[in-house]
Amino acid sequence: MAKIITKRRLNPTVTLMEVSAPLIAKKALPGQFIILRVDEKGERIPLTIADYDREKGTITIIFQKVGLTTELLDTLEEGDDILDFVGPLGRPTELEGVKKVAVIGGGVGCAIAYPQAKYLHEHGVAVDVIAGFRSKDIVILEEEFQAACDHLYLTTDDGSYGERGLVTDKLKALIEAGNQYDVVIAIGPIIMMKFVCKTTEPYGIKTLVSLNPIMIDGTGMCGGCRVSVGGQMKFACVDGPDFDGHQVDFDELMARNAAYKEREAQVRRDHACRLLNQEVQ
Amino acid sequence: MANMSMTKLPMPEQDPDVRNHNFQEVALGYTPEMAVEEAGRCLQCKKPLCVSGCPVNVHIPEFIAKVAEGDFKAAYEIIYQTNGLPAVSGRVCPQESQCESLCVRGKKGEPVAIGRLERFVADWYRENVTEKAEKPASNGIKVAVVGSGPAGLTCASDLGKLGYEVTIFEAFHTPGGVLVYGIPQFRLPKEIVRHEVEGILDLGVELSLDTVVGKTITIDELFEMGFQAVFVGSGAGLPMFMGIPGETLNGVYSANEFLTRVNLMKAYLEEYDTPIKHSRAVAVVGGGNVAMDAARCAKRLGAEHVYVVYRRSEAEMPARAEEIHHAKEEGIEFHLLNNPTQILSDGKGSVAGMECIRMELGEPDESGRRRPVEVPGSEFVLEVDTVIMSLGTTPNPLIRSTTPGLETNRKGCLIVQEDTMETTRKGVYAGGDAVTGAATVILAMGAGKKAAAAIHAALQAQ
Repeated sequence: MAKIITKRRLNPTVTLMEVSAPLIAKKALPGQFIILRVDEKGERIPLTIADYDREKGTITIIFQKVGLTTELLDTLEEGDDILDFVGPLGRPTELEGVKKVAVIGGGVGCAIAYPQAKYLHEHGVAVDVIAGFRSKDIVILEEEFQAACDHLYLTTDDGSYGERGLVTDKLKALIEAGNQYDVVIAIGPIIMMKFVCKTTEPYGIKTLVSLNPIMIDGTGMCGGCRVSVGGQMKFACVDGPDFDGHQVDFDELMARNAAYKEREAQVRRDHACRLLNQEVQ
Repeated sequence: MANMSMTKLPMPEQDPDVRNHNFQEVALGYTPEMAVEEAGRCLQCKKPLCVSGCPVNVHIPEFIAKVAEGDFKAAYEIIYQTNGLPAVSGRVCPQESQCESLCVRGKKGEPVAIGRLERFVADWYRENVTEKAEKPASNGIKVAVVGSGPAGLTCASDLGKLGYEVTIFEAFHTPGGVLVYGIPQFRLPKEIVRHEVEGILDLGVELSLDTVVGKTITIDELFEMGFQAVFVGSGAGLPMFMGIPGETLNGVYSANEFLTRVNLMKAYLEEYDTPIKHSRAVAVVGGGNVAMDAARCAKRLGAEHVYVVYRRSEAEMPARAEEIHHAKEEGIEFHLLNNPTQILSDGKGSVAGMECIRMELGEPDESGRRRPVEVPGSEFVLEVDTVIMSLGTTPNPLIRSTTPGLETNRKGCLIVQEDTMETTRKGVYAGGDAVTGAATVILAMGAGKKAAAAIHAALQAQ
């Protein structure tokens, strides 16, 4: 069990929780994730480690309410326990020897891009962050990003905040302006990661993506999270979740992530009572 | 006077057409009267061969004598001396190739139903005796057990009985390993596993769930924390795929994933949140016990057709005869001497069918089984919307890759000294599927037992 120390809503659908998990905090590195289960009848879901504090023994998670489990999680308050909290899982991002990087976050993916930027910035790497959102009302972590990079470029699709446009437009402009990135790190919706990779490919810039396939155990024992990378089958939970974006079959990943769409919608409807119970308690 | 019936007393079972629509246990177990009657068939051999066929050496004639007397509590105590999980082993052991294969009564007629009697005794005890085992006095020596499957539980049970301060580290949120995620409810009810685990915890054994050794904590750190020895019983949980086109389509599962969703996450129960595909027609590829389990689960989830696709013939199938028989009774259809060549897409990323090719048996290979050879031009399409790959598993590399000095063979299995189960790293012992690759529950239990004895001997000698 892991106790929730702080809970903060970052925007109407995105919540941050700082959770007490000393053993995980001791080992966590950027790129790794945890698996959690909210209650006895719950499913196991993966969430990336958005931050960690080795002294305090805490792990920060940031999640968007997209279905039953994240809704249930969001009903928990400070002082409550998350039933199961396992990690750190997956391989840390490999970033040895890089001098300048562009970290690109899309929407709630910024929560996962943030620890990467922070870690690199703290280790003396020049970091440009491009954080993209649909509109102003869902912007998250702006202050945190400001402190964790050299340049922050904030974009919104509708121009309601920051620059109008897509992250890929900004990235292309920065590259064209002469910025020489050793690595581009892209984290966000699959479609965004796919197009970031298409943008960097002609320039031959190494691009890392953090994949988010469906997972169950997160320790390599089921293969539910398998993805095709360079034509080979990989298990994202143990071989990743970071992969060379130019090798990833994004269309396949998108199809696989839709496998339980109908069932997910049905579970969300049928379990309204469980959500209600949780809120009443 | 012994009961000289040539055959085992049959055990009542749920009707096949009823049970293939539910997840309740298939075999219903003996009544006390039946147990006494069957126990009467044991000849109480002076030199009982059956015991040598049991990997944990249960004192078989002694416990059966108590059953014949109707003293089931005494019978349980005899079994429990050497077997920490009798309700489990009585259900899932392949007795036909172990204890019962050596029973004298089996020379003319059927052997004594040792497994059914063991199961009866364990069930009777669970239902009738509420007193808990006395917690042994601690000897103050800490031992860590990695994995709470049959090997780890047995090792922890034996060391706990000797007074060691044992902590079991388990990656999942529920203890039991393959007993909870792999073997389905209808063969091994999870309440029974839970009860057996609680019996071990009553000995003073600690359980640390949600702890992935190799990630959350390393073996080196366990030693730093004061553990004097470590037993690795982490199993063989890494699933294999065929490497044919279409294996990443939606609707293709490893048997591990399918069974974990169904058994551990209880996807077959509406009120649980983990989803599972409800299929119309399912192909299970493989011929082992796991394939039978997956096929029978798929049937219970409502599939109209469930096919077992196996590249050799029934004679070569690794599954127990009893499981194949149960599967057939429940309407599972067998496509023997067939091998998949590719899985076909519906154009939207899901399975639309599976192309297979017919096989014929050639010369025996190094495993002694006749090698299947493709019949050219015999391809055909099996109409299925789900494919479950049950091709076997190998040990997970997580522990070996984070523990310096731990050597493995080319299949990734930990190398141990046969007599002590000690690995190439001093103080680290291993047993079960982590050493042998995918094998049986009872062999894992036997290995856990052997390691516990070796750990005890080594720590006492210090």
